[in-house]
Amino acid sequence: MSVPQQLRCCDASGCRSAGGQALRTALEGARDAAGLDAEALTIKPVGCLRLCGSGPLVACDGPGPTQLFGGVAPEHAGALIAASLATSHPSGCDDALAAHRLDLEDPFFALQQPVVLEGCGQANPESIDDALAFGTYAQLHRILQELTPEQVRDEVRRSGLRGRGGAGYPTGLKWDTVALQPSGPRYVVCNADEGDPGAFMDRSVLESDPHRLIEGMAIAAYAVGAERGFVYVRAEYPLAIERLRLALQQARSRHLLGNHIDGTSFNLRLEVRVGAGAYVCGEETALLLSIQGQRGMPQPRPPFPAQSGLWGAPTLINNVETFTAVPAILRQGGDWYAAIGTEHSKGTKVFALSGAVVNTGLVEVPMGTPLRTVVEVIGGGVPDGSPIKAVQTGGPSGGCIPAQRLDTPVDYESLLELGSMMGSGGMVVMGESTSMPEVARHFMGFSVNESCGKCVPCRAGTVQLAQLLDRFVERRATPADMERLDALCQMVKVTSLCGLGQSAPNPVLSTLRWFRHEYEAACREPAACVAAGGVER
Amino acid sequence: MSVVTLSVNGQDVAVPAGASLLEATRAAEANVPTLCHLEGLTPVSACRLCLVEVEGSGKLLPACSTAAAEGMVVHTHTPQLREVRRMTVELIFAEGNHVCAVCVANTHCELQDMAVTVGMDHSRFPYQYPQRSVDASHPQFTLDHNRCILCTRCVRVCDEIEGAHVWDIGSRGGQCHIVAGLDEPWGQVQACTSCGKCVDVCPTGALFRNSDTTAEKQPNTTLPALLRTAREQRRWHNQ
Repeated sequence: MSVPQQLRCCDASGCRSAGGQALRTALEGARDAAGLDAEALTIKPVGCLRLCGSGPLVACDGPGPTQLFGGVAPEHAGALIAASLATSHPSGCDDALAAHRLDLEDPFFALQQPVVLEGCGQANPESIDDALAFGTYAQLHRILQELTPEQVRDEVRRSGLRGRGGAGYPTGLKWDTVALQPSGPRYVVCNADEGDPGAFMDRSVLESDPHRLIEGMAIAAYAVGAERGFVYVRAEYPLAIERLRLALQQARSRHLLGNHIDGTSFNLRLEVRVGAGAYVCGEETALLLSIQGQRGMPQPRPPFPAQSGLWGAPTLINNVETFTAVPAILRQGGDWYAAIGTEHSKGTKVFALSGAVVNTGLVEVPMGTPLRTVVEVIGGGVPDGSPIKAVQTGGPSGGCIPAQRLDTPVDYESLLELGSMMGSGGMVVMGESTSMPEVARHFMGFSVNESCGKCVPCRAGTVQLAQLLDRFVERRATPADMERLDALCQMVKVTSLCGLGQSAPNPVLSTLRWFRHEYEAACREPAACVAAGGVER
Repeated sequence: MSVVTLSVNGQDVAVPAGASLLEATRAAEANVPTLCHLEGLTPVSACRLCLVEVEGSGKLLPACSTAAAEGMVVHTHTPQLREVRRMTVELIFAEGNHVCAVCVANTHCELQDMAVTVGMDHSRFPYQYPQRSVDASHPQFTLDHNRCILCTRCVRVCDEIEGAHVWDIGSRGGQCHIVAGLDEPWGQVQACTSCGKCVDVCPTGALFRNSDTTAEKQPNTTLPALLRTAREQRRWHNQ
């Protein structure tokens, strides 16, 4: 099949905010002006083209090799149409576009290995025909005809896939736990309540390839015996919600959801549930309560949702990225997936790269890629060429990894060892001018606002921690404050009820561990703080 | 009836299967402190005072909502547990406006007793002095938000025992507060039966009878367990 002559315009939130829709309209106008119709040159909206910081992005699939342009204004539409029709890379003739041409051989693109994101930027997220042409739903058809639920679970187990929401629980084990519960109703739930500041992977997947997620969820439902499921999306993602709803509707009308899917006895109803602005609803027990119409507050576990979740029934709850990886695993085989990554962290992981970094956007790399490769080679380092000071991973639950540890491979265990965590995949790069006590206070302020208020250490402890950090930021801290900060962080960490409270002190603990001198320097009398020492780990 | 045996602070105890760790620690007379927990109400593990150490678990576990299991080795008063309990009580005191000298619950206050139990004689954390209101709209009772520690006993007793569900929690984080009805003045909530159970189970002076003044509150926290047992055993004729 010859490559169709087409322009793929990114129509995800990032590029939309940079003026992507106006550009597409201008492109259509320019195409008409050039006397071409949609047959000769397709202009289609697609999902994320990765390099969000250079939006709006347009990819030209022409007779020649694919070209990518970024930061294109509507007045460049005519030149873009001309460039897409040219058979070879024009050299000097398109000066107007030279500054906008992005090199697809650049490490940012070349080092990526798309598995979860393979459909992003390829298919039109609002067209099920496009998704079907791209191969989405093929694995659902295949497993319904050929595989038993046990075989599906076996494949996922062999892939070594671990939960991409942050905690890294083995996905196959979770599926088995749900499937092996006593018979009765079961549910599948997709956690799309992506709330970490600096994380936008799930949003991009929902906006770019919603059908892939639906396929993954349907496969999971078949594997665990569920007939009903929910996607819980935060209200702050209006475009993602709109596209997901449209995709669900399209899938229903094609009988890819509903009763007797593919003529088998497999039934599945999927619905969207929209959050109401609470970060804590990303915690699974709170999320399940919210779906049931109750106040989203974490519950003690056990019982785990896999045993007793929605309305007391066994419930499989996975993150967007986890479900989206499933169709590729079934297509290529669990062993193929397990061959990517490290011994304990298999496969690829999507990161949202932002902060003081040249290339801002989505990056999917094999697990175990050194952090330095991600932020310096793929990310391009700090824009002014100065050295990186630290990389923050895992949002308000994670920590700062200092420059001297940048050679750490990115996997679940290595990041935990450094006092950070994988989290959902947000990666914020910080330059030399960043003050670490201020970073810690910023994240603590987030935790104060987002604490649900149920348990004492998180509700009252984060408030006190934020006030203590204020004293450091305002340079009026004393040695006693240093001790209190250490002690209270430990207390909130070990006594809080849910993961949010338990990890709320992480930004402080990790910066205290690697940048303690900055806290000491921020005391009213720095020398006294240094003398007081403290708990060194 | 099957039984599980476990060790609490080095002492072997046997409890019925399905019993909580809290019951096991009580069988060993270990005196694990509790504040939000109340016999007869669903445990919520919110105050974190009953956290205990279970060997091999890696995390501190709330005794009220963790099931006792065969062979568990439990420690209830390690130095770490003593320290975090004390700090928890400090945080509770610093969070609200607790002035014992003018409180209806003085000398009958579980929070006051808790300070003594965990050895908290002062708070290392600054008092927040929050601006909180008093709801005196009910003809018989008053709710003083200044003294509320958000244990949610009132919420649970009203929902689970009385069946009226007058109380719930509004807002979040440090702004959390108990709300009556749909966040209305208590006196206007028609669902309230004025049974007074919430007042009886309140561990502090946040809920009190209008007839009580300083140090006169006499709570009765045994009611929920009594009523729940009576209901479960169908002791009433109209059941």
